[in-house]
Amino acid sequence: MTTKMTDTKIATKNITLIQAINDGMKIVLERDETTLILGEDVGKNGGVFRATDGLQEVFGEDRVIDTPLSESGIIGTSIGLAVNGFKPIAEIQFMGFIYPAYDQIMTHASRIRMRTMGRYSVPMVIRAPYGAGVRAPEIHSDSAEALFTHMPGIKVVCPATPYDAKGLLIAAVEDPDPVLFMEPMHNYRSFREEVPIDYYTVEIGKGKKRMEGEDVTLITWGAMVPVVEKAANQMKQHGISCEVIDLRTLYPVDERIIAESVQKTGRAVVIHEAAKTGGLGNDIVSIINDTSFLYLKAPVERVTGFDVPVPFSSLENHYLPTVERIVKGIEKVTNF
Amino acid sequence: MVESYPIKQVIDDQGNVVDASNKDLINEELVLRAYFHMYRIRTFDKKAKSLQRQGRIGTYPPFEGQEAAQVGSALALGEDDWLFPTYRDHGAMLTFGADMTRTFLYWNGRLEGCVPPEGKHIFPAAVPIATQILHATGASWAEKRKGTKNIAIAYFGDGATSEGDFHEGLNFASVFQTPTIFFNQNNGYAISVPFERQMNSKTIAQKGVAYEMPSVRVDGNDFFAVFFEMQKAVERARSGGGPTLIEAVTWRTGAHTTADDPTKYRAEGLGQDVVDPIIRLERFMKNAGFWNEDVVTKAHLEIEEEIEAAVKAMESYPKANVEDLFNHVFAELPDQLQEQKDAYLHLLGGK
Repeated sequence: MTTKMTDTKIATKNITLIQAINDGMKIVLERDETTLILGEDVGKNGGVFRATDGLQEVFGEDRVIDTPLSESGIIGTSIGLAVNGFKPIAEIQFMGFIYPAYDQIMTHASRIRMRTMGRYSVPMVIRAPYGAGVRAPEIHSDSAEALFTHMPGIKVVCPATPYDAKGLLIAAVEDPDPVLFMEPMHNYRSFREEVPIDYYTVEIGKGKKRMEGEDVTLITWGAMVPVVEKAANQMKQHGISCEVIDLRTLYPVDERIIAESVQKTGRAVVIHEAAKTGGLGNDIVSIINDTSFLYLKAPVERVTGFDVPVPFSSLENHYLPTVERIVKGIEKVTNF
Repeated sequence: MVESYPIKQVIDDQGNVVDASNKDLINEELVLRAYFHMYRIRTFDKKAKSLQRQGRIGTYPPFEGQEAAQVGSALALGEDDWLFPTYRDHGAMLTFGADMTRTFLYWNGRLEGCVPPEGKHIFPAAVPIATQILHATGASWAEKRKGTKNIAIAYFGDGATSEGDFHEGLNFASVFQTPTIFFNQNNGYAISVPFERQMNSKTIAQKGVAYEMPSVRVDGNDFFAVFFEMQKAVERARSGGGPTLIEAVTWRTGAHTTADDPTKYRAEGLGQDVVDPIIRLERFMKNAGFWNEDVVTKAHLEIEEEIEAAVKAMESYPKANVEDLFNHVFAELPDQLQEQKDAYLHLLGGK
C-alpha cells in the first residue's frame, strides 16, 4: 500500500476492492460506536476473503463478532440489534448462502419501518460477495440481486471499483434503511485504484459513466463492468463508440443516467450475469421504454446469464457473458 | 425425559394451593391485578370475535383459554423491557401497556395498530412463525451491550419450535448469553396439527437442554405458576444469568382464527376437562378469601366501559391515509416511488 498526494491534495492509497471494503468498515467502526460487524469467520479469521482482516484486533471481539453458522440467525438478531440502537454490518459469506435469511429480510428487515409507521427502523447493511468466474464450488457463485431489487423496502448497491466500494459502503452504513451490499468477488483483487485514505461517501442511487460514447449505451454493474469496458474498447477499433454506464445502485436505479445516455445514442445493450428471465435487465428495458422509446433506433438488447442455475465451475465461463457475446449484442443493435 | 420436567403448579383446578410454600407470595394486590387483567383481555377477546362476526373487523385469532399464560408472563416484566409477540398475544401486549384502540385498529387492517405507545417497547406481532425469537434475542443483546438491566421476551407457540428460527434464536441467546426469555405457550395445536404430530419429544422445555439453557414447564392455566416462574427467569436475565426457556402448557379453547373450523380436526369434547384459567382463579379467590363481589363488579364495569370506548374510538378513527401506503417504506422516498405516489394521488384527486 503506498500513500501519495494527488493533484487535489487528497491523500490516497493504491488498493484493491477488498482492501477498500476493509478500509470502509474500519472507518465506520472508528466513527460510530454503534456499528458492529457480525458474521461467520469475520473475527479471528478476518473473513474467508479477508474483508474484515485485522478489524477484530483493533475493535475487539465485542464489535467484530464471530457468530454461529446461521444466516437467518445473523440477520434476525441484527434486526433486533438495529431496532434497539445499533448499526449491524452483517456478512453473508457468499450470496448463494443468503437464502435461509430471505424470510427475515423479506418479512421483517424490509418492512418494519412501514409496519410501525416509522417508529422502528432497521439501519443494517448486509454484505454479500456474489458472482461467478472464480472457480468456486457450487452455490458460491450466485447473482441474486433481482430477488432483492423486487423486494420493496431494501436498497441494493453493487460497486465495481475500489473507490466506489469504500464510498458506497460508508454511505450504506449511514443509510437509515437496510442496504444489501453486493460485492463482486471476481473484482476483489483483480485491479487496484487510488482511493482516498479518509472518510468519503458515494451517493446511493447514482450511476456513473465509465466511458463516454456516441453510438450505443452499455448498461451494467459490478463484476461485469470490466468485461463490458473490454468489449467497448474492442468496438472502438471497429469505429463504434460505446458509452458505458455502471449503475452502482440496483435499487433505486438511477433512471436519469440511463435515459440521458440512451436519448443520446439511441441504442442500448444491458449486460448482467444473473439469469435473463426476471433479471434486473428487464427493468432497465422498461425504464428505457418509459423514458426514451421515441429515441430508439433499435430494440434494446440483453446479454445475460442463461435461465439455468449458476453452473459448476467447469461450465461457468459458458454461463457468464463474455466479451464475444457482448460484442455480438452491440453489433445486433448497431446493425439493426 | 418428561419426568425431568414436571409441570409446576401453584393452584390446582379447584383453586386450592398445591404447595403451601407459595402462600406467602400471594397477596391481595397481586390477586386482584391478575384477575383484572385476565378478565380484561378475555372480554377484549370476546368483543373482537363478536366484531369480526359482525364484519366490523377482519379475521381475528382468539386467545381464549390462554389468559393466565399471557397475563402471568406480561405482569412479570418491567417498564423498560421489550416484548416480541405473535398474532395471538394481544392479551399479553394489552397487559404490558399496548393501547386498546390501536389493538382493535390492527385487526381492522390498520398500520396504526403496530405503533406502540411512546416509550413502550412492544414490537408488532410477528405473523411469520418464530421469526420474532431472533428479534428478541437481538434486542436483548443490544440491552446487554448498552449495560442496562432490561430484558426481552419472545412469545411463540408449540408449532414455532419446528422452525429453524426457534433453534437459531435459542442458540444465539445461549452463545451470547443474552437476557432473553423464550416464552412458549403450548396450546396443543398449530392450526390443525396437534402437539404429537408437531414433535416426537414429550415436552418443549427439554429443548433447552441442547442449548445449555435453564428451562421449565409450568401449568399455563395457573396464573401464579406462570408469574412466579417468569419472575425467576426475569431475575436471572437481569442479573446476567442469560436466557430461559419457559413452556407454559395451556389449551386453545377456540379456533385458530375466526376463519378456521376446529371441528374438522379436533374431536368433539376434546379439552372439555381443561378448567378455564379465569374460573380457576375465581375458585382460588373464593377459597382463599380474596373474592369481593363489589370489587369484582366494579372491575367488570370498568373493563366493559374501557372496551366500549376503545371500539368506539376504533370505529370513529380517521380513515386510513392513502399516503401511508408510500410514506414509511423508506426514511426518504426514492424518486421512482415518489413518482408512483404522485401519479396515484393525482389519479385519486382527479376523480
